Amino acid sequence: MIGRIRDKNDIAAAIARDITAEHPDGAYVNLGIGQPTLVADHLPDDSGVVLHTENGMLNMGPAAHGDEVDPDLVNAGKVPVTELPGAAYFHHADSFAMMRGGHLDVCVLGAFQVSTAGDLANWHTGAPDAIPAVGGAMDLAIGAKRVWVMMTLFDKQGAPKLVPECTYPLTGLRCVERVYTDLGTFAVGPGGLQVLEVHGIDPDELARRLGLLDAVGERRT
Amino acid sequence: MTARICDGYDDAVAGTADGSTVLVGGFGMAGMPVDLIDALIRQGAADLTIVSNNAGNGDTGLAALLATGRVRKVICSFPRQADSWVFDDLYRSGRIELEVVPQGNLAERMRAAGAGIGAFYSPTAVGTPLAEGKEVREIDGRTYLLEYPIHGDLALIKAHTADRMGNLVYRRTARNFGPVMATAARTVAVQVDRVVETGALDPENVITPGIYVDRVVAAEQERAA
Repeated sequence: MIGRIRDKNDIAAAIARDITAEHPDGAYVNLGIGQPTLVADHLPDDSGVVLHTENGMLNMGPAAHGDEVDPDLVNAGKVPVTELPGAAYFHHADSFAMMRGGHLDVCVLGAFQVSTAGDLANWHTGAPDAIPAVGGAMDLAIGAKRVWVMMTLFDKQGAPKLVPECTYPLTGLRCVERVYTDLGTFAVGPGGLQVLEVHGIDPDELARRLGLLDAVGERRT
Repeated sequence: MTARICDGYDDAVAGTADGSTVLVGGFGMAGMPVDLIDALIRQGAADLTIVSNNAGNGDTGLAALLATGRVRKVICSFPRQADSWVFDDLYRSGRIELEVVPQGNLAERMRAAGAGIGAFYSPTAVGTPLAEGKEVREIDGRTYLLEYPIHGDLALIKAHTADRMGNLVYRRTARNFGPVMATAARTVAVQVDRVVETGALDPENVITPGIYVDRVVAAEQERAA
């Protein structure tokens, strides 16, 4: 069954489902700025997931509205957020020790490109007039136990973002485990590319458009 | 030297020399020591190197300091933001130097400076353009880059409450780089919402011990009657 193409909320829901299913006892999770923050909206209240934000907080709550807005309480995207019972605050060196030290179970990041071997490019387009800005992306990419990417499978020009080799400047080497997209979910890494799910496109058509026909071996839908 | 409660923001940044490296706390505007930065603008030190997570937001705080043209170089993790137009213009016209450092390395390099560590190996940025020129070493099968400390001549920090010993308590995510920067600079100036009498802070809850703090200035000072 081909089904339909996933929108960003469908992708976020699939990530939330897998985080919960694969970490039944709860998990410490970092959601990157931008679309990955949508994953939080799909986590059940009893999931046991504790959200980490790089600017020094565990058990971050949803976005703040109205009277809840406090300029001293923001997420990594500088958006005002709330705290949940059991929250903890800590300084930046501790926050990144949590990443680098392998204490986070999952992080979900956006990407410009991911290679079939798991290389990640998500911080810089390489354009000569672009101002480079890395933030915490490189620390997260190599730090979390499992790095998942949430992105569209093709860019606006129709070029695949899941590629044999990244052409954009790298964020991290061999760090991505799984890629969630509008058209499918993929495992990447030392074993190469594996298609886990396909949505809204014929699997053979997907392989052809990706230009990775030979690489698409075992297929599970 | 124990911490000194200053008469005002200008007093807290007095004597800053041209060419200083200034560590500026804050993550966006959360924890940004805006009043101390304004005082540094009035003080007039030039040829500065600024170390901060971002490179200014809007037209106030760090952005206002950059706009004076007295900053030679910015060391930060994330300069480009929706409202970083002051920095963007300076950078695009070649009037400011930029060293981009991954956020965790930025924090850890200052932590190392404050802790007397000569250098350390970090796995962050291996295989990326930011690894260029750095010593690479394999330890137990994992690849690392050699990272050096970042020392400040001056740190400007915002905390919530200080006591007269300079012990600090922060508020929520405004803590961010404050405790690390407080350890890493020769002179540490802190703006707080209020100063309380010595003994009024629960010692178990002190985040930055006063040993790291040199100058404190309060928006509203609580004085003994």
